[in-house]
Amino acid sequence: MTYSFELPLLALLILTAGGAIIVKELISAVLILGAYSFFLALVWAWLGAADVAFVEAVVGAGLATVFFLLTLSQTSPEDTRIRRPPPPIIAVIALPLLGLLLLYAANDLPAFGDPGAPASVHVSPHYIENSLADTRTPNVVTSVLMDYRVLDTLIETVVVFTSGIACWLLLRRDTE
Amino acid sequence: MIDRPSGSVIIRRTASLLVSLVQLFALYVLFFGQYGPGGGFVAGVMIAASLIFGLLVFGEDSATSQRATRLLAGDGVGLLLFVAVGGLCLIGGGEFLNYSEAPIPGLDSAARRYLGILMTQIGVAMDVAVAAVSIVFSLSRSVATEETDA
Repeated sequence: MTYSFELPLLALLILTAGGAIIVKELISAVLILGAYSFFLALVWAWLGAADVAFVEAVVGAGLATVFFLLTLSQTSPEDTRIRRPPPPIIAVIALPLLGLLLLYAANDLPAFGDPGAPASVHVSPHYIENSLADTRTPNVVTSVLMDYRVLDTLIETVVVFTSGIACWLLLRRDTE
Repeated sequence: MIDRPSGSVIIRRTASLLVSLVQLFALYVLFFGQYGPGGGFVAGVMIAASLIFGLLVFGEDSATSQRATRLLAGDGVGLLLFVAVGGLCLIGGGEFLNYSEAPIPGLDSAARRYLGILMTQIGVAMDVAVAAVSIVFSLSRSVATEETDA
């Protein structure tokens, strides 16, 4: 397996994520975060998850950036903290250890695209084999989201609706 | 931020072309979601993005913004459409959101499920679009009132 495309993308992801944290000007941080979302969308597309890449590009790089910029327009556009406190010593020691532990655990994960992986042998074959005959929907992602697992999607839609209502309740001002 | 229309001719011309194009592409993504990548969520966000773009460029009194404001009155209609499809399946004698039991005459089970997927996707798109535009209105309205207070 070659990593000619994977490694530069991963480097760009880490670079943009770190840059968004380090940079002082918040507007720059927001734009760097948009670039991060775009690179993440490229990663999804490269992994074959076109639907997820689409959502990541539209929501992460587009809508979230607009929300952040609108928020910044009424708060300070700059990080006004004079000095960032250094991280606590326990975090400096514990977080790399946690990362090592996760890397160690990642050894036991099935290989990418392994047909014998537990996720690929449970209900996925049924969806892939029957989606077209059951629902006349060639895109299996859509038929899983909107038919086989539609109750989950309903609750997600309720979450989106609630977020709009909550923003209106929290941010409204009495104009009278 | 949204109550000031942009003065630049380039931005206004580009926006007047782009808003309708983005909306057209959003409709394509919505109705093509069963054959390719895309679907209700992305289509809703794209419709919202086109309206927000119009809001930012043309200000709050333009036609696009009037459309967005009128859209806000339909808060919850998308969710209602989603749940109504589920209720229709209950009336037909099936489980909640089991599209194959929806009482639509002249269609077999697969066609009913196809139609059910399409209707719920339209519901999701409407819900997401309204929620996104309403968040932008909430965020920028408070700016406007704050500026008049000061």
